[in-house]
Amino acid sequence: MLMTNLEHVETAAQHKEIIENNENVMICAGRMGPMCIPVYAAMEELREEYPNIKFLDMEFDAPEAHVIRNAPECAGFMGLPFTMYYKNGKVAKATTSIQMKDQIKAILDEYLA
Amino acid sequence: MENTYDVIVLGGGAAGLTAGIYLSRAKVKTLILNEGMVGGQMILTYEIANYPGIELTSGFQLSTTMKKQAESFGCDIKQNVQVSSIDLKNDVKKVTVGDTEYTAKAVIIATGGRSRNLGVKGEDTFKGRGISYCATCDGDFYTGQDIIVVGGGNSALEEAVSLTKFAKSVTVVHQFDHFQAFEHAIDVAKANEKISFIMESTIDGFYGEEKVKYVNIKNIKTNEVYKKEIDGVFIFIGYAANSEAFKEQVDLNNYGEIMADNNMATSTEGVFVAGDVREKKIRQIATAISDGAIAAVNAIEYIQK
Repeated sequence: MLMTNLEHVETAAQHKEIIENNENVMICAGRMGPMCIPVYAAMEELREEYPNIKFLDMEFDAPEAHVIRNAPECAGFMGLPFTMYYKNGKVAKATTSIQMKDQIKAILDEYLA
Repeated sequence: MENTYDVIVLGGGAAGLTAGIYLSRAKVKTLILNEGMVGGQMILTYEIANYPGIELTSGFQLSTTMKKQAESFGCDIKQNVQVSSIDLKNDVKKVTVGDTEYTAKAVIIATGGRSRNLGVKGEDTFKGRGISYCATCDGDFYTGQDIIVVGGGNSALEEAVSLTKFAKSVTVVHQFDHFQAFEHAIDVAKANEKISFIMESTIDGFYGEEKVKYVNIKNIKTNEVYKKEIDGVFIFIGYAANSEAFKEQVDLNNYGEIMADNNMATSTEGVFVAGDVREKKIRQIATAISDGAIAAVNAIEYIQK
């Protein structure tokens, strides 16, 4: 399990339930590595600013993280973390590698407003 | 008086946090302002094996401990803030964040550095799609593949060696005819059968569709440009100082680094500097910490005059 203060997604079933039952969801799938930690930190800070969005993480190497690793939207991704933005249960946006807080905010404002 | 401090430290990496620890422990009212997450370049280091007294740790862990240590002495730390204006020329130093103005008798600039990009065609497009800046993060995506490492310093050669655990081949592309790395790192890289070298050359552009398929390599001596098919490129070409905001406030050298004397004092009275933003040769956590301690002690002396 990732050492963050975010809620964790641990199974594919839980992943399905979360994106189906919440209008706006951001999930960052990564490791405790240098490109991932700044994204988790930004998410923790954005929680207060965006109460209508659910912010979670998922351990990239967990077997059930295949729901993100193998998502068609992640084809060609070769940089951690893989970050998914869901709107009404569908992928609205996916990014690869580190994103700064301002970049994440821009995506939230554009896709999960 | 809530926003009035004795010393404001700009930057919360190893240098800034060390300054915060020394200042706060000396009962100096201190504020650290950091534009990103506290830790700076340190949190971008997966494994730290040369920090004296600790056999092995991660940059994240070390920076978390330093932050806790500074806070335990009463240091105020605000991270992920956007500094909108800075006025360091007068006796009262002013730093504005949004609508809030903070003042102090002295300021320590510890804004660190950032990884350099190549700045060539396709670099932004293919970030995370064949271009990486972190071997420990993304190396395993390139298992059995052919990759390029750009750079000739310690990071480039050490990461090239580390990437041979995954890659079928690693080609080091470097702009000079010699390396800047320590001899030991050069010897280890040269002895590795998976590593080859293209010297006096640069990457001229990245091309592909969903991900990088090939790069153009330019020979600097002959100006010849040729195509090389590749699965991925790792870029390690050093750091640039985060000093843009200070160019009207303190003296910088030709590389944009802030100049200082042995006491970390800059050209402006009451303004000190520490860490990677300073003009110096060796940029390590150990040297940043040293700078932070020296800057803090001299800032204390300054405000007590």
